[in-house]
Amino acid sequence: MTGPADNVRLTISLRVNGELIERETPVRKNLVDFLRDDLGLTGTHVGCEHGVCGACTIRVDGRSVRSCLMLAVQADGCEVVTVEGLTASGEIADLQTAFVQRNALQCGYCTPGMLATAADFLASERPRSRDAIREFMSGNYCRCTGYQAIVDAIEDVARARAGQDTP
Amino acid sequence: MPMLNMRVSSPAALIDINRIETLRGIEDRPDCVRVGAMTRYVELQESAVIRAHVPLLAMALPLVAHVAIRNRGTIGGSLCLSDPAAETPACCVAAQAQIVLAGPSGCRTVAAEDFAIGLYETERQPDEILVEVLFPKAVSGRIFFVDEFSRRKGDFAIVGLAGSIRDKGSTVNDPRLVFFGSDNRPILAHAAAAAIDGRPWSDAVRQAASESLDDDLDPMDSIHASANYRRRLAKVLLSRVITRALAS
Repeated sequence: MTGPADNVRLTISLRVNGELIERETPVRKNLVDFLRDDLGLTGTHVGCEHGVCGACTIRVDGRSVRSCLMLAVQADGCEVVTVEGLTASGEIADLQTAFVQRNALQCGYCTPGMLATAADFLASERPRSRDAIREFMSGNYCRCTGYQAIVDAIEDVARARAGQDTP
Repeated sequence: MPMLNMRVSSPAALIDINRIETLRGIEDRPDCVRVGAMTRYVELQESAVIRAHVPLLAMALPLVAHVAIRNRGTIGGSLCLSDPAAETPACCVAAQAQIVLAGPSGCRTVAAEDFAIGLYETERQPDEILVEVLFPKAVSGRIFFVDEFSRRKGDFAIVGLAGSIRDKGSTVNDPRLVFFGSDNRPILAHAAAAAIDGRPWSDAVRQAASESLDDDLDPMDSIHASANYRRRLAKVLLSRVITRALAS
């Protein structure tokens, strides 16, 4: 579909996963499409495209956001971290292992968003109960697992990071 | 942004107001709390000023969507979009907030209860921007409440209720009831409030309130819930919320 501003382009510079990027982009391009199509960072997934499903969750300036609800031009000057960056830094290595061990994914479509949101939860000071995990993860849809295994995996990591044994 | 993504809206020009610093911030003034339109939900949620002086908003914020949305969404954005099921505009009505709009001929103030005029329609004119929301400070001796029915935690409400009563034992006193999600905009339920004001919360009063609510609400039919279902839920919510408020 075309719109009135489709031909207008702007040059933006931002840091993506630690790397300084300068690119020209159409002003109406969503950040998630910029990350996927222009930068080849296809780990961030496009789901509902209106902020409901959580598949496109990334980190912008230290806070988790929906990359389908931001235009790429709005990320000018920002620090963006995608699932590729979370992986490369090792921040979620234990979480990724737990997801495999607990079978917390089947088709895997929601997984990058789940990992990004769970990373946010684990970095926060919130209580580590299953209820708190469910509450925090409630903005991320998974159509395969029924969530139980995802909560299990996050709980395992929360316990391990706190120096407790997993049940 | 969802409106753009779904092609419901395709404005020729789009102005990003994110970098206008004067539109941000929470200010504790002698007579009110000033909240800039660009203030994000997460900032409101972390604010001691909001917790102390606009407790209703503080109570409602955990119901507003999810963390990643609250990190980005703003109070002014919610008010201007005027989604009928959104918590924030209803809380502004319940808390008797004033909304300040700026246009070519200066600023004007609109009471929150007059701001939403229809489905996604507000008093804001095309050449105006919403600059700030002024909340009167909550007076002591009032009990605030907000609750909603939604399909999933954090989803838009099928029906919600925000408001307050004066703390006066087992008698309902000076209720202010604002329903959201039922009609095309937040509705101040005058009839239901009149039916319970000054009365003990008996079964008969509860029944009268339920019946009066039919005069206040004209619920919408949608794929998510029929008008009848919304009406029924509004009554259940009113009964539960008042019972809980009186017990607190």
